[in-house]
Amino acid sequence: MRVALFITCVNDTLFPGTGKAVVSLLRRLGCDVDFPAAQTCCGQMHVNTGYRDEGVRLARHFTEVFAGYDAVVAPSGSCAAMVREQYPKLVRPGSRGAAAIAEVAPRVHELSEFLVDVLKVEDVGAYFPHRVTYHPTCHSLRGLRLGDRPTRLLEKVRGLELVPLPAAQECCGFGGTFAVKNPAVSAAMGADKVRNVLDTGAEVLCAADNSCLMHIGGTLSRQRTGIRVMHLAEILAATDEGTRP
Amino acid sequence: MSATFLGMPGDFPKNAARAVQDSQLRYNLRKATHTIRGKRAAVVDELPDWRELRAAGKAIKDETLRHLDRYLVQLEEAVTRAGGHVHWARDAAEANRVVAGLVKATGETEVVKVKSMATQEIGLNEALAAEGITAYETDLAELIVQLGDDFPSHILVPAIHRNRAEIREIFLDRMGDAPPGLTDEPAALAEAARLHLRERFLRSKVAVSGANFMIAETGTLVVLESEGNGRMCLTLPETLISVVGIEKLLPTWRDLEVFLQLLPRSSTGERMNPYTSTWTGSAEGQDFHLVLLDNGRTDVLADEVGRQALRCIRCSACLNVCPVYERAGGHAYGSVYPGPIGAILTPQLRGMSSELDASLPYASSLCGACYDVCPVAIDIPEVLVDLRAKAPHGAAERAGMRVAGWILDDQTRLAKAQRAAGRLRRLVPRRLPGPLSAWTDTRDLPEIPEESFRDWWEREG
Ligand code: SF4
Repeated sequence: MRVALFITCVNDTLFPGTGKAVVSLLRRLGCDVDFPAAQTCCGQMHVNTGYRDEGVRLARHFTEVFAGYDAVVAPSGSCAAMVREQYPKLVRPGSRGAAAIAEVAPRVHELSEFLVDVLKVEDVGAYFPHRVTYHPTCHSLRGLRLGDRPTRLLEKVRGLELVPLPAAQECCGFGGTFAVKNPAVSAAMGADKVRNVLDTGAEVLCAADNSCLMHIGGTLSRQRTGIRVMHLAEILAATDEGTRP
Repeated sequence: MSATFLGMPGDFPKNAARAVQDSQLRYNLRKATHTIRGKRAAVVDELPDWRELRAAGKAIKDETLRHLDRYLVQLEEAVTRAGGHVHWARDAAEANRVVAGLVKATGETEVVKVKSMATQEIGLNEALAAEGITAYETDLAELIVQLGDDFPSHILVPAIHRNRAEIREIFLDRMGDAPPGLTDEPAALAEAARLHLRERFLRSKVAVSGANFMIAETGTLVVLESEGNGRMCLTLPETLISVVGIEKLLPTWRDLEVFLQLLPRSSTGERMNPYTSTWTGSAEGQDFHLVLLDNGRTDVLADEVGRQALRCIRCSACLNVCPVYERAGGHAYGSVYPGPIGAILTPQLRGMSSELDASLPYASSLCGACYDVCPVAIDIPEVLVDLRAKAPHGAAERAGMRVAGWILDDQTRLAKAQRAAGRLRRLVPRRLPGPLSAWTDTRDLPEIPEESFRDWWEREG
């Protein structure tokens, strides 16, 4: 199957390891991965901060770049939710833009959706002998309704011990520009999330969104907890031979 | 007399930063909201048709709002037919003037009040005081707020920020007739309030209320409550004045079936509230006046995205699940409407010309928990994002977002920016300067990679 990777601007710039892991994983599962180089950003930061014009421009660019692919895979619940849930609200119903969005949006999948719903695999052949807890980020949980897809994938990883995260469904406090516009509340939410992560005794905190992990991980690191954060793709890509694609 | 929110200085982030430091407040709020949240979840989950009820609630409210003009006239006719008097008030000042005039016409100088959001929104107690009329709150939590010269901080539980010890102090200091040996046992506090209020109920000839619902078809008003004080206020006094927002309408009596299930379960987490009072015009021999309040609502109705906020039945479920409300507290929102609903309603009703009101649409991480629990399916995150597009933006932020947009518009520019960041990666300080210090005050930055994904792909993908 021919798949377009939508890496997302945050992963592209700050977390290339997640992109490499997605490529490695999808190739292992027999997909032909393409990376349309013209892609940039879904526009979520601009739209959600109140800069709709810039956001709409980026959304239009996205629909042009990814038109014509059978499947688009994004290692981010938040960016996939932006395309599927928020794009339709940015355009007038019945307009050309609306038609372009209706064309591409249903084919955009977050990674775990693509694996479980499209490829129909849960055991991806991964090996990761560590104690892991999983944080279901808000846009994965309440936007895309990923449900237990990510944890079903994690449970099938050899060697991995999955421990439940208390109050998992509570927001970590990242919220995009919220983290700098309301730093006190964001930090307080992050501190509570970190306390719950520590309570699990896990070595690794996993999520399907690096932006939330950047916030929780930054807090974990500042507090010198020694707990690592890893994107779901990186755990699923790991095998006995390592993760290199 | 309780204080008024109007003209409150500061903005949400500053107010919230202060509240976050108050560990007692955070403990009180966390405990209270998590308890109600749990009760709500239990009684909602037990209903197999909650989704259908929620959809029906949304549909009935939307239908009402679409034909609000027609239903309002129908209501006016029904109330008048039943011997009541209907007054239309364009804004807070007009509503206050009408109520003060009606009270004065009775020759009385005091009124008892049933808990009402609309009268708080318009600052009625303060307006009456200016006319020499004293208003006594009879809801226990409202009484605590009023005696403490305080602001309400929650829609359902206005004194949620107070604990028992603080309430005891307030009663001893301000009530006048509190028993000297008063303890902070809930039963003792409630009994003191009951005795204090009973005397007022028996004495007062005028009552002021709001309403949860108004039925257009029959002209009936409906109040749901837990304490029974409402029923006393609604039935004992000779004159009853109800101030109600124009969006509180329901077309028919039958529609109540849906809302009498949605509201108590979402609000107090009860299957049914203890007291439901309904009255129609002056049927019981009482002199009844209905003041229909616009105060910005027709403007909200004109906004295609924002109008869904008018479906709100003030259950406060969105407050109880909101992680931001839980940490910032209700006062940070500077309005009688705190929490997620306040963040979308206040800027629409008051506009966004003050610093505080302009900061409210940003008082959310857009986690979506509010939308999930809202019994009339108000997509609060959608309205927040829409309001953010209309809010005034600072010059520095605007410039930064424009540059970011320009870079992201084009793959070549993005790749160049990524390479520059990769080269400068060792120079990034542990603590960032200016507004970005908000990130590094509590969080480490991720390490900037030497090579972006797209460059890696270009090389060996
Ligand atoms: S917005 Fe919805 S959840 Fe919040 S108070 Fe109104 S009806 Fe209740």
